Amino acid sequence: MTYTLAAVVGVGVAVAVDLVVLRTRLLATSRWWLAYAIVLFFQLLTNGWLTGRGIVRYASDAIIGSSRITFLGDGRVVWAPVEDLLFGFALVLLTCAAWVWVGARPRRASPR
Amino acid sequence: MPLRHGAYAAMLLFVLAGCLPLHRVYGLSVLRQPRRLALAVLPVAVVFAAWDVAATAAGHWHFDPSQTLAVRVAGLPLEEYAFFVVIPLAGILTYEAVGVALERHRRRAAARS
Repeated sequence: MTYTLAAVVGVGVAVAVDLVVLRTRLLATSRWWLAYAIVLFFQLLTNGWLTGRGIVRYASDAIIGSSRITFLGDGRVVWAPVEDLLFGFALVLLTCAAWVWVGARPRRASPR
Repeated sequence: MPLRHGAYAAMLLFVLAGCLPLHRVYGLSVLRQPRRLALAVLPVAVVFAAWDVAATAAGHWHFDPSQTLAVRVAGLPLEEYAFFVVIPLAGILTYEAVGVALERHRRRAAARS
């Protein structure tokens, strides 16, 4: 499985967890999208550092683009493969959904 | 050890320096709920770290040894594991700070009307 496919599956799983499994429905709130816009801005900065300097390097056959490091184009945005944006979206959405879900559950008094 | 080895770790410190002040500025209680934080971050982190180990083993990506610390666990630099704690924490702090900011905004709007 290529990184491209895995990243798309990751986003699908994260969306399903938020909407169907945990029913946190963050995706339906402006609060999530505002927070994600801020996260995305900083992801572009920090991921650009990781990928632009070649701290992380990608195989051409795993991503849409090639292993050539470029600022924009060839499947890359601010040096990072577009797959990284999907990866980051899935990671942060899953975590925030879990955070909200755990927080909404009444905390049971520990038995005994 | 050359400074260059800290290039990845520096990025994680940058993220922490940017998001931890949100806790005080917005009066958040995220860090006072360690159990909730662990339950939100760790299961997701384990899944993503497993994905990362598999993808690195499959050759989808690799890490520059000259820009990471020497420690490797299952083929990944230590920073990559820290990534799966630092970034989700930054996401939660941002989400909570936005919640407080929106609530303040709503209250101000209600007070004006």
